[in-house]
Amino acid sequence: MTAPAIQLQGISKSFGSVHANRDIDLTVEKGTIHGIIGENGAGKSTLMSILYGFYQADRGTIAVDGTQVTIRDSDAAIGLGIGMVHQHFMLVEPFTVLENVMLGAEGGALLNKGRAEARQELQRLEKEYELNVDPDAIVGDLPVGLQQRVEILKALYRGAEILILDEPTGVLTPDEADHLFRILGQLRAQGKTVLLITHKLREIMAITDDVSVMRQGQMVATRHTADTSVEELAELMVGRRVLLQVDKGAATPGKVKLEVRNLEVVDDIGVRRVKDASFQVRAGEIVGIAGVSGNGQSELLEAIAGIGPIASGEVELFDISGEPTGWRPRHGLGHVPEDRHRMGLVTKFTARENTILGYQRDAEFGSGMFLDRKAVLEASKAQMERFDVRPPDPSLKAANFSGGNQQKIVLAREIEQDPDVLLIGQPTRGVDVGAIESIHRRLIELRDAGKAILLVSVELDEIRALSDRILVMFAGEIMGEVGPEASEREIGLLMSGVRAEDAA
Amino acid sequence: MGDFIPDLSTVVALTDGTLRGATPLLLACLAGLYSERSGVFDIGLEGKILIAAFAGATVGILTGSALIAVLAAIAASTLFALIHGVACITFRGNQIVSGVAINFLALGLAAVAGNAIFSMGGRTPQLPASARLNGGDSWFTPMLEGMGRYGQAVEDIAFDQSIFVYIAFAAVPFTWWVLYRTRFGMRLRAVGENPAAVDTAGISVTGLRYRAVICAGVLCGLSGATLSMALNSGYINNMGAGRGFIALAALIFAKWRPVQAMFACLLFAFLNASESRLQGTEVLGFEIPVQLVQAMPYLLVVILLAGFIGQARAPKAGGVPYVKER
Repeated sequence: MTAPAIQLQGISKSFGSVHANRDIDLTVEKGTIHGIIGENGAGKSTLMSILYGFYQADRGTIAVDGTQVTIRDSDAAIGLGIGMVHQHFMLVEPFTVLENVMLGAEGGALLNKGRAEARQELQRLEKEYELNVDPDAIVGDLPVGLQQRVEILKALYRGAEILILDEPTGVLTPDEADHLFRILGQLRAQGKTVLLITHKLREIMAITDDVSVMRQGQMVATRHTADTSVEELAELMVGRRVLLQVDKGAATPGKVKLEVRNLEVVDDIGVRRVKDASFQVRAGEIVGIAGVSGNGQSELLEAIAGIGPIASGEVELFDISGEPTGWRPRHGLGHVPEDRHRMGLVTKFTARENTILGYQRDAEFGSGMFLDRKAVLEASKAQMERFDVRPPDPSLKAANFSGGNQQKIVLAREIEQDPDVLLIGQPTRGVDVGAIESIHRRLIELRDAGKAILLVSVELDEIRALSDRILVMFAGEIMGEVGPEASEREIGLLMSGVRAEDAA
Repeated sequence: MGDFIPDLSTVVALTDGTLRGATPLLLACLAGLYSERSGVFDIGLEGKILIAAFAGATVGILTGSALIAVLAAIAASTLFALIHGVACITFRGNQIVSGVAINFLALGLAAVAGNAIFSMGGRTPQLPASARLNGGDSWFTPMLEGMGRYGQAVEDIAFDQSIFVYIAFAAVPFTWWVLYRTRFGMRLRAVGENPAAVDTAGISVTGLRYRAVICAGVLCGLSGATLSMALNSGYINNMGAGRGFIALAALIFAKWRPVQAMFACLLFAFLNASESRLQGTEVLGFEIPVQLVQAMPYLLVVILLAGFIGQARAPKAGGVPYVKER
């Protein structure tokens, strides 16, 4: 029996008072794909960073191929045959693919000789692993799927025997993800070891041989994938049973509340981001917009919210009686922006101050130049209680809440204004499973209370679980509308730009 | 109109003046290029030029040796570059603030130390001839002088220059070669764009940036020595006269590329050299104010950046200290 590729024993790491990793044991067999799953903040990334030499463990030992090692920096990790594909790619965008692959392994003080050798080696790797990329393409011009391949090539070029992938599918279409999995299968067939970090249970079931579950900095279980189930893994991750399905009754759509007609959005450099979008959202329904990140969903949402510019077309809101009330930027609309750090919150402000962002002129919160600090505090307290924000401390800076609780603060602010129409972007991005459940339940409640909700999310599962109708966007265009019962394949095809009639 | 068709002596004077004026600019500009390409903004070029000019002049006077004086200028400038490095790279301070501090420190220190040593109100006495580097006869001189006024013109422009002129213009292709043909250059460009990529590739970000900052120190040292040992003969208070900032403007203008940097510096030096000729010239009945000519480099940068040469994209990680992500 060969020694395991990686054996961690008693690894602990603290940042200040936070125990990111606590006494972790992990054994990864050679030539397998080993999944590591856990909620955000469970300590997966920290553990992998220790393995790749980004951090030093406070305690514990690491053995690679049966030999105990210390990994002082990334250079040492590379020397031990460990390669990593980071969640945020570590690429130099203005460089070519070839230059990116060579960086750090140039093979001499002058580039000429190394360049030729790297080109040859790259061709060999591309053939062997189905990793086709033009070596002379500028990396910044490549789509994310290809950029990821460059990252994998980088690791292989350095002779990686153990490949760590950190949340690799977050930015990929289902098709691209499948291709990635084929590549990983090929790597396994060549005897390489793959560590796959993810929070997507489906991927674990689809591709891994073994799976380890992390929760709150601890390793809670390791299973053979074949011997476990999605339900068991989810329970292990969260520590209790979770509903993977959102419980909801049928929608009872009422009058049209929001209508978008022939909306076009053109960005700063003249690219049409949204092309001729028309749709309606009725009271009491959730309309989901699916699509791979970057296909115009963000621009569409921002245009309707009145943040981004509209090149042409119309947005109209309707009152209770169904009369059009026109549309003014930021009026009568609740908007939960996609990126809560960039737009939803001022993270350096307290929760209390964030409670009134955008509504600071409302009579409720003061008159004239002055804020009614007491009223703001009361409102903030009440919102935190109703939305179960933890800790319920209005004086805490927004930055100090976890992702899920930050999101609840934003949701609470927008929902408490009681708008008829809610625009919601990425409601559960970076939010842990427990909070996802409660946010989803809240959205269904709002729907049932007769709100018209437009939901944008890159999580296909989320769109399918929540929406009553799904619009799929590709390259700025609405490719089609499907029901929530549509198959993943059907939606996936639309997401990659293939219309139903073309696919038949 | 006859005034506008220059005669040979004017052409020689203008070309000569442009080359000489461009030299300290170009050296400082390339200094900034190394530093900023690595992601360390360097607003302290001016200060390094000043301290180098002062150190060169002082050591030249005290030792009488041009070589030792130049080395002293380089050492002083590099020391200041390292102060910037420690503040910005090791302690992750604000690069602009550190640069401004370097400028003030150099200006004040040169004046105080100069006064303490020479008691001449901050300036130094004249350099002895042995410590001057302002060009002279070359091997070609006798031959060219025998070729009449055109030979004399070639001699004046091409062979009668101080050694710094040749160093500065040779540094341009050399820098290009370093940036695009060597491992160091590739890593330098990479670390200014995405230090995390360099770090994860197993290369020290800190080490690379220190080397870049030292390159900047050496080149600024040469730039300062040019001022006090070639263009002038001794140190005069604040003799940099904003060249460090014009060099920065040229760097932006050139989009951080060496060959373009050379042309930008030549253009600015040409404007400067023609200043005295344009003074008092009337255009459409108005006298061109000298202030306008002096402001030309800055105006050009603003106008050209605003529209003509497109967006100047600074190295992406410029100005940002590298901190490993938590």
